[in-house]
Amino acid sequence: MKKFKSLLAAGALLAAAASGALAQLSIEITGAGANRIPVAVADFAGERGVSQALTSVIRADLERSGLFQLVDTAGAALNENTVPNHAEWKGKGADALAAGSVNTTPDGRYETRFRLYDTQKQAAIAGQALAHASNQIRTTAHRIADTIYEKLTGERGIFSTRIAYVVKGAGRYELQIADADGNGAQSALASREPIISPAWSPDGGKLAYVSFEAKKPIIYVHDLATGKRHVVANFKGSNSAPAWSPDGRKLAVVLTKDGGSQLYLVNADGSGVTRLASSAGIDTEPHFSPDGQFIYFTSDRGGSPQVYRLPVAGGAAQRVTFDGSYNVTPRLSPDGKTLAFVTRSDGRFRVAAMDLATRQVQVLTDTAKDESPSFAPNGRMILFATEVGGRGVLAAVSTDGRVKQRLSVQAADVREPAWGPFH
Amino acid sequence: MRTSLLSVSLITLLALAGCGSQPAAPEQAGAGIEDRSPSAVTTPGVAPVTAGQLDQYGLAALKDPKSPLSKRSIYFDYDSYVVKDEYKALLEQHARFLAKNGQMKMLIQGNADERGSREYNLALGQKRAEAVKKALLLLGAKEDQLESVSLGEEKPACTEATESCWAQNRRGDMLYSGEF
Repeated sequence: MKKFKSLLAAGALLAAAASGALAQLSIEITGAGANRIPVAVADFAGERGVSQALTSVIRADLERSGLFQLVDTAGAALNENTVPNHAEWKGKGADALAAGSVNTTPDGRYETRFRLYDTQKQAAIAGQALAHASNQIRTTAHRIADTIYEKLTGERGIFSTRIAYVVKGAGRYELQIADADGNGAQSALASREPIISPAWSPDGGKLAYVSFEAKKPIIYVHDLATGKRHVVANFKGSNSAPAWSPDGRKLAVVLTKDGGSQLYLVNADGSGVTRLASSAGIDTEPHFSPDGQFIYFTSDRGGSPQVYRLPVAGGAAQRVTFDGSYNVTPRLSPDGKTLAFVTRSDGRFRVAAMDLATRQVQVLTDTAKDESPSFAPNGRMILFATEVGGRGVLAAVSTDGRVKQRLSVQAADVREPAWGPFH
Repeated sequence: MRTSLLSVSLITLLALAGCGSQPAAPEQAGAGIEDRSPSAVTTPGVAPVTAGQLDQYGLAALKDPKSPLSKRSIYFDYDSYVVKDEYKALLEQHARFLAKNGQMKMLIQGNADERGSREYNLALGQKRAEAVKKALLLLGAKEDQLESVSLGEEKPACTEATESCWAQNRRGDMLYSGEF
């Protein structure tokens, strides 16, 4: 059995070498919203001359969100200046129509222009001109998809944001950064030892994480653009669970230097460690509320792991979750109204959401080994890690539980996702 | 290769032994061309230094499968960080060894099974490591000899999703100086 396993591992290594170390995340949509907005995105004039198709990325973004129904445009020849036949498009079922063009500029770059029309109002409701290089086609498409999404849903799109996650290969851990659609993965850190708990700085420029490269958990802050990193906490014992304050100046962390896993605050440069709370049991997984007033965390002070919250200015901790004997990993939505966490029932670990105003809890997934929930910056989706067929995959679920997606990397274990901020 | 290295060091040892028994070479004038008197052959020596006082027999016991000190793992129940009575005798042996060898340090690594949150499991592993540390302190080891850390669910001894496998992963491991 052991031999068979090592053969398998060797095979996986070869496959990874053949396909390039950074295999793409592929996304499968396994559920969609109830009322999807029908939208048509016509091929942009001139895009055939560009190496990558622009409109296919825009359509994929909109479709993946689960909020849109793509109407077939059957190769309609339109650009941003064509006055569309609104009645005809309305007849095809489209409430909105996007049309545009890609043109080369004298300096060898591109300019992409588009307009978004409301077929009911028979009027243009958005327009945009974007200058870009040939290797920024996908980025441009995500920007356009964000504009369409925002105009039609009233909330900001997340197609231009990035995600971080850890890929475990044979004897190798990689902290990777990819576009929200899983494309363009880049390795920020490779190590022989585990990497866990990546957390984005509020400006999206840095990641805090826990690395075991020194044979024990130590917290680092890593600047993504320069690759420079520094130790934030390396005290006697374990150092883990970093969480940024909303102003990006401090981190809530878990240290065991004074005995037991306890909550501390530390400046992002590693200076000024102060204790936040004191309990006889385990306190871990701190997470700031978006207004910076509270720290939500997991504690077993009441006998089983439950979610509590603590005023940062000082005061007593209040218990937040009560149902069941295992509620962990609290994460607040960007508007501070919804608490996502992992709950255990019947031996299954699933992502749940609590409406903090009514305290009503809804279990959102039907998987069994969910971990590490992370809100999209617009609060619409929750990215999390789970297991399918014994392999770690990433999945996303909308906060109403309707839209479901699965992101997986071929022949690799993916875990510890964190959705980056708007930028 | 190993044999030849060994014989070189044997020769060196013999040469060193020889040197010791020889009278000091007389002071010589600068060797002129006509001077035929032999110059002394010197061999660079290696002086062994012992840092602290090692209990040689005790160290050997750490690796000897017949010694209880070769047993380094304490296993825990699910969601629990209580050291079970069955491990008391083993911990006594290790505490006695640490008390007798004050220069020896120990890293206690706590582990958890894969179920549930990674960070909570890291904290659970830490509790297990600390429970082992507390037991060793009560039994005579010194605070500055011990560091308890957690590897959480990250370093499983067994990777199948079965209860017998998980039981092997709910573990505290004791590592001595030179092993971590």
